[in-house]
Amino acid sequence: MQPTPSPLGHQGSATRKEGEDGLVNFAMATASVLPPEILFKYEPVIGLEVHVQLLTRTKAFCGCANQFGAAPNTLICPVCLGLPGALPVLNARAVEFATTAAMAINAQIRETSVFSRKNYFYPDLPKGYQISQFDKPLAEHGWLDVDTPERGRQRIGITRLHMEEDAGKSLHDGVHDSATSTSVDLNRCGTPLIEIVSEPDIRTPDEAYEYLTKLKEILLYTGVSDCNMEEGSLRCDANVSVRPRGQAQFGTKAEVKNVNSFRYIRAALVYEIERQVELLEAGERVVQETRLWNAAEGRTFSMRSKEQAHDYRYFPEPDLPALVVGEEQQARLRAGLPELPEARRARMVAEYGIAAQDAHTLTATRAFADQFETAAKAARSPRRVANLVLGELTSRLKLANLELAQSPVTMAGIAQAADLAEAGELSSKQLKQLFDTAFANKEDFGPVYAREKPQQISDSSEIERMIDEVLRANPKQVEQYRGGKKAVAAFFVGQVMRSSKGQANPALLNALVAKRLESE
Amino acid sequence: MAERYTQKGVPGPNAPENTLTIPHLRAAIASGAASAGDVVGQCFRSIRERDGEIHAFLSLCEERAREQAARIDGMAAAGDALPPLAGVPVGIKDVLMVAGLPATAGSRVLEGYVAPYTATAVRRLEEAGAVTLGKLNCDEFAMGSSNENSAYGPTRNPHAPDHVPGGSSGGSAAAVAAGMAVASLGTDTGGSIRQPASFCGVVGLLPTYGRVSRYGLIAFASSLDRIGPLTNSVRDAATVLGVMAGEDPLDATSSAQPVPDYCGLLEREEGVNGLRIGVPAEYFGEGLDPEVRAAAERALDGLREAGAEIKSLALPHTRFAVPAYYLIATAEASANLARFDGVRYGYRAPHAASLSGMYRETRDGGFGAEVKRRILLGTYALSAGYYDAFYKKAQQVRRLLAEDFLRVFGAEVDAIVTPVAPTPAFKLGEKTEDPLAMYLADIYTVTASLAGICGLSVPVGCSAAGLPIGVQVLGTHFDEETVFRVGEAIERG
Repeated sequence: MQPTPSPLGHQGSATRKEGEDGLVNFAMATASVLPPEILFKYEPVIGLEVHVQLLTRTKAFCGCANQFGAAPNTLICPVCLGLPGALPVLNARAVEFATTAAMAINAQIRETSVFSRKNYFYPDLPKGYQISQFDKPLAEHGWLDVDTPERGRQRIGITRLHMEEDAGKSLHDGVHDSATSTSVDLNRCGTPLIEIVSEPDIRTPDEAYEYLTKLKEILLYTGVSDCNMEEGSLRCDANVSVRPRGQAQFGTKAEVKNVNSFRYIRAALVYEIERQVELLEAGERVVQETRLWNAAEGRTFSMRSKEQAHDYRYFPEPDLPALVVGEEQQARLRAGLPELPEARRARMVAEYGIAAQDAHTLTATRAFADQFETAAKAARSPRRVANLVLGELTSRLKLANLELAQSPVTMAGIAQAADLAEAGELSSKQLKQLFDTAFANKEDFGPVYAREKPQQISDSSEIERMIDEVLRANPKQVEQYRGGKKAVAAFFVGQVMRSSKGQANPALLNALVAKRLESE
Repeated sequence: MAERYTQKGVPGPNAPENTLTIPHLRAAIASGAASAGDVVGQCFRSIRERDGEIHAFLSLCEERAREQAARIDGMAAAGDALPPLAGVPVGIKDVLMVAGLPATAGSRVLEGYVAPYTATAVRRLEEAGAVTLGKLNCDEFAMGSSNENSAYGPTRNPHAPDHVPGGSSGGSAAAVAAGMAVASLGTDTGGSIRQPASFCGVVGLLPTYGRVSRYGLIAFASSLDRIGPLTNSVRDAATVLGVMAGEDPLDATSSAQPVPDYCGLLEREEGVNGLRIGVPAEYFGEGLDPEVRAAAERALDGLREAGAEIKSLALPHTRFAVPAYYLIATAEASANLARFDGVRYGYRAPHAASLSGMYRETRDGGFGAEVKRRILLGTYALSAGYYDAFYKKAQQVRRLLAEDFLRVFGAEVDAIVTPVAPTPAFKLGEKTEDPLAMYLADIYTVTASLAGICGLSVPVGCSAAGLPIGVQVLGTHFDEETVFRVGEAIERG
């Protein structure tokens, strides 16, 4: 029995394992077939549909756990199984999350929205319909400002954001009798989703990539989803057409489904644009259809047309009253919106005097930024905290292959280290050693410092003695200094620090070297 | 109507003879005059004697029932306070879930399906001491007005076995009428409780939409489906409703409106003096059987005698009700029945060559002709290009119909009295060849269904041929109290 692909684009579990950076090498089936001047005759028009699973504890319409990776068909009940007689009851938290997401993308909330039934037959859709929203979605008229490589900052319109439930998964491979049958795992049935539909405002594959990146970043900040594409908690379909530049009317579009990374979206769009231009150049027509992306071949393929002739026969879901998100609730949710990444970066640059690029890195996730800011506020110099985080901490985490959350050195430890360094009580070398020890022992900075508190030499006479030694050993550099090359002072400082095994008090050392050289 | 009974809870002359009502039964069990076990045993004896012919039950659960009865008898022996339905033997229409019992909905597609959970309404009944005897026959997926659409063979009318019991809750009406159960649960989407109650001479209640949780009811048309009791007296219907009604966290369309003490209200015996009773001209027009008309008029005369003010009124959109009902009900049914696809449970066509073939053959073989007809109708009404002309238009008509009622309730009348069906029970096979005629006979019942208001079918006597005739009392949303008051007055004759 060979099932037809789900119209939701819920393909089986057979996802290709991606590399660390999400990049898989693939052949560009049409790469460089068309000369750039031909391609440039046409303008692509792209709209994106993004499905996002919400991080609620339970499913959208029943009390089953909303959780990825459990044994098949273990997170189910009469409601999400669509058993006869069972009824849906809407999860209030899902409504809050969806509304929060809508606010974060600048959409207008519809006070009274309506759930509808979207009817189609598929084995992973137990009720024979999906509960979705149709003509009265939760939110409309949103937008995102996206920095595009070609056109600078562009405002991409968002048509709508609506709530719906996810379907189950059809497993075509990897089950013991896959050769002869398809298995169905219904754990995912009823997982709350939001679908975010953009306007056809996107003009290049790179813009699509930037839009998705920004959307994902915002959603992650709001905390409503983990946006994990490998687990399917963020999925994207693309509508793409091309038209001769200058033409107002859109060309015929194709819908590309089954794409499970942003890079693939970009690749699929590149492929699809070239395919359509090629057709038009050859005097043929683009057929409106759904096409599936095949990552292994780097191509899109047409679904057979009879499988696309869907009339979903939407009608209002009689089992659910209209959804009302009143003014009061809207105000409460709006007040609870976190500071979004773009605003946060701007504030951090202003507040802490850090570089824009550093602010970008520090705000990569909300948790990271929160932790940084906690430390930055506790420490005397936020900039020094930023440098420690971006330098000492990040490099060691990467080396140890750890997430920030797994770091032995906490942000409190970072703040302490920053203050010690700022006060001149630790040299950078000592700091590095302490960090190394902390990572080696999986200890926080505090206890390591307390135990190993490096003996700093703050005895002026001893440092003066070491300076004299260094000057004696390096007459050539002393000569240079006398000749007016004042920068050579740093050399002497470094040499003394070395001979003190990094223990000389750096501030004192600097002052004494300066004083000693003046007398030369 | 020679004799009038005034004793509380005792059925009047319009009720069948030798009937057992809940207050009697409860008193007998509490006093030790009878045991719940005896009562249940008597029910199963009646079933064995009569149900071979009547075929009201599709399945029985005697052992389970005897265990439930024993628990009640244990309570009575210990002198514990008895719950409101202590030892009341009930039958449950086979569209309702009772964990561990079959639930076929009268359909081949659910043959052998065993419910994994219990419907809220049934759970509340059993928690109140009711004893479940078994599951009752009905038209397939509650689609029909004669019980002839059951895949397991029709139910016969206990008053005239060559006649239909009505439908779709025909088994529920027949079981009570034949004394095989003291009360039963039916469901009403367009008249499926009220019409069989009328045909079988029992009381049947359509509660306000949202009054009783639908959780565990196999959906036919979700915005219309309601669960209600069929009983030997209005008081019994009020007792059962009081137990079942109330908000349910498992049904988002159930109402949080507080549940009044229906029986306490009837105890006060306020009667109908001063109540304004509406008689809509649209319900007494062409096609109404003279004996049914006469029965309704008798009931109205009785109400007038009891002090009610009888007023004629207009419900002008009534004539659009049947087409609107059949568009909305079938549209919802087309989606509700999509889940019977052979993938997870129930019947699956063997040897299908493809997925779509399996769907087609399963649904073709699993559903009966009437169900298929309605799925096709509903699918068509929702299709692209037809939605506005059919489904949307029908919803507009529905709003107008509801406004008709809301305009008169409160302002003009407190209740409305109409016939239940144009005729008494008809013969088996008489109308099976003409589905449209069968649909048109729903004219007096689909209006309350569409408007969401409550209604009651009360027996008012018999035709010359001995067939029971009921009269319908309609009340506004959540005003079951008034409907019961009027119903009890009619019942007393």
